[in-house]
Formats: sequence, structure tokens, C-alpha cells
Amino acid sequence: MYQLDWSSIPGALPFLWQGMKISLEITLVAIAAGIFWGTILALMRLSPVRALSLLATGYVSLFRSIPLVMVLLWFFLVVPTLLRDVLGLSHATDLRLASAMVGFALFEAAYYSEIMRAGIQSVSRGQAQAALALGMRPLQAMWLVVLPQAFRNMLPLLLTQAIILFQDTSLVYVSALADFFGAAYKVGDRDGRLVEMLLFAGAVYFVICSAASFAVRRFQRRLAA
Amino acid sequence: MISIRDVHKSYGTVEVLSGCSTEVKKGEVIVVCGPSGSGKSTLIKCVNGLEPIQSGEIVVDGISVAARRTNLPKLRARVGMVFQHFELFPHLKVIDNLTLAQRKVLGRREEEARARAFSLLDRVGLREHAHKHPGELSGGQQQRVAIARSLALDPICMLFDEPTSALDPEMINEVLDVMVALARDGMTMIVVTHEMGFARRVAHRIVFMDRGKIVEDAPTADFFAAPKTDRARQFLSKILQH
Repeated sequence: MYQLDWSSIPGALPFLWQGMKISLEITLVAIAAGIFWGTILALMRLSPVRALSLLATGYVSLFRSIPLVMVLLWFFLVVPTLLRDVLGLSHATDLRLASAMVGFALFEAAYYSEIMRAGIQSVSRGQAQAALALGMRPLQAMWLVVLPQAFRNMLPLLLTQAIILFQDTSLVYVSALADFFGAAYKVGDRDGRLVEMLLFAGAVYFVICSAASFAVRRFQRRLAA
Repeated sequence: MISIRDVHKSYGTVEVLSGCSTEVKKGEVIVVCGPSGSGKSTLIKCVNGLEPIQSGEIVVDGISVAARRTNLPKLRARVGMVFQHFELFPHLKVIDNLTLAQRKVLGRREEEARARAFSLLDRVGLREHAHKHPGELSGGQQQRVAIARSLALDPICMLFDEPTSALDPEMINEVLDVMVALARDGMTMIVVTHEMGFARRVAHRIVFMDRGKIVEDAPTADFFAAPKTDRARQFLSKILQH
């Protein structure tokens, strides 16, 4: 029978922590940029200007119809070359992290835009009318009155999406970028302890994500109260 | 001050306003009444351009509301509006509800806006609630805050869209009292309401609407003493039965 041997974990912790930092970095950047771009997409989609609305609809359905892993691969293969050519960087510059962030942000924006669109529609029309009646311009009314409420109404969903995003960051392994999962894989491979390392990595993801989900649920209850 | 001339408006094929005309002079209080669905609310939402019109003209203080070159936000800032469901901003404290548009629309400084807000909260008797959120107030209190929020921009006239219809009976009077005081101070007001007691006390004229038309436009005393049309007579007898 296979004997589990956890002895390679303690020594690998600093390396794994480096990986975790990369995972968190990608997650945070993708959340911030994804919500920002997603909100703009939602506004475009709800806009009375048909061209804007069609553009946003196309973007969202495109990104929701391709597997994330392919989007990431595309960004790893194409974007770095493109950036190097445009910016004249040397081939030694490692753009994998930057391309991962861009890829995730653009992909997640499609999902965040749907959440924000539902959020904007959850705010009653009377609120926007009241803001307009006070002399606000339409974008001012959106920014000062509707969006803060939409954001608050949708916070639990936005956070849940963030948890999913954190798990999805493990897909950057396709670029051999050492995020937490990638780091664990490398250590396991090196020491011939892949099973233990993958179990350990899975347990860490489980603890972080279930704790975060629990926090979101509690927060949601407090919001409802 | 407000002139409404032959205004037509339809949603698709349904005409909701068919040729409405009336004039409101400075300092005048007009009560608009009529059965539900008669177009009362739509009419006053046309006055500040919240609802577009298809034909006719509405002029407020010399500015044509529907004209393409009109700066609607600027005009709206000078026309106060109070809604049936208050529409206070729930994510902001009462005081911030009162200062938001003063700062962002009129460009007043924070201290100036707060001073104006507190003096208006005093006027509607709610200074001690300044730091609560709207959700913590009763309906009557919320509507008084909403009136104060509109007044904070120093409007030249006020539009009220059924301001007491969503209130419990015991809260109606606290709101009407504020409106009576406002009328006595000489504010130009168009009030859509079913409160006939209020109409009798403060309105100079009653505009009675039915099916998108203004069927009667008469001085208050005349309207209540001898309505000229059958529709108005029926309406009054129903509403004043008890």
C-alpha cells in the first residue's frame, strides 16, 4: 500500500507562501479590475445607445462562451509577444504574471457585469428619478445614487464570485507560473510526493474558500437583518 | 411662472395626456385631482421633464422644458419635486440626503450646505434625526425630509406627486402641515392629491383631470360649491361621502 509521507511540506512552506502571494495578487487585481470594467460593461449594456448595448452584450456572451483556460492560454501566448513588440522589451522580461492578471480581469468582467446589471436593475426607478429631479446629470445620478445601492445589494454575489475567482487562479499552471497550486505541484514533482502535495494544496484551498463562504453568509444575514 | 399649453403625451398607442393647458402664476397653489389613471402624475412629471411630451409646450420661468437646447438638469435643480414613495437615498444619512445635491449640483461648500440643511430640518422639525438613515424614520418623517431635501436647492416652485398617498392616516397631517406652511410662505406649488381638506384650505385653484384631459380648472371655492361638469360632481360626491 502507498505510504503517505508529509515530510517534504515543512521545508517547502516558504516557496508555497510565495505561490500563495501570487495567487492572491492575481485574485485581488482581477477583482478590482473586473468589477470596474464589469460595471462599465453593465452601464453600456443598459444604455439607450444601441451600439454600446450591442457591444457589451457581444463581449459578455463571448467571454461566457469560451473556457477560461483557453482565454488564459491565449493571453500567455499572444499578449506577451505583442507587448514586447509594442514596448520594445527584451525577451527576458517575464510578462506571465501581467498577462494572467489581464486575462483574468477581462474574463471576470463578463461575469461581474451581469451581477452589476442585476444590481442596477434592483434599484427602483424612483431613485434615479429623484436624483434627476434634484438636477443631477444622468451619469451623476448613476454614480452617486444608483451604483452605491446596486453595489451594496450585490455585495454577497460579488464576494461569492471572488471566491470562485480565487480557485480559478490555479489555472495559471498552464503558463508554468508558480502560483500556490503550481508551487505545490512543482514541489511534489521534485520530491516524488505529488499525492501528498496535491492533497495538502486541496486542503488549503478548501479551508480558505469555505471560511470565506461562511463569512459571506454571515455578512449576508447581517445585511438582511 | 409655469405655463402648460396643449400638451399631448402617449405611451405607444395609449394617449395619457390629450391636450392639457393651464397656467400657474408665481405664488399660486394648484391642486390637481381626479380619478386614478387620469394622467395627474404624468402631467406634473412633464413639468420638470422627467417624462417627455410628444407635442405642445411647457414653459417654466421662461424656459421651454421640451426644447432641445434646454439644460434640463439646470432647470430641474430649480424645480423641487416630492414623490409618493419619498425616494430618499437609503444609503445616505438624512443630513447627507439634504447636502448631496447642494454640493454636487449647485457646487455649494460642505459647511454652507450643512447650514442650509440644518435650518430646513429645523423647519420640518427633524433636526435631531439628522444622523439617522432614512430607513429608521417613519413614513411621515421621511416625507418631511424629502420636502426639506427639495427645498435645500432653493427652488422657484414645488411639484408634489401624491405626497401623502403612501402614508398611514395618522402621519398624513404632519406632512400636510409642512405643505400648508410652505404655501402660506408664498411658494408656487402644484400638488397632485386626494386630500380635499388640504385643497380647500390652501389651493387657489383646482384642476380636475379625467382620462388625460383637464375637464375643469376653477377657483377653489367655485369648484367645491358648484362643479361645472358631471364627472367632477361624481368624483366629489364619492370622495366626500364620508
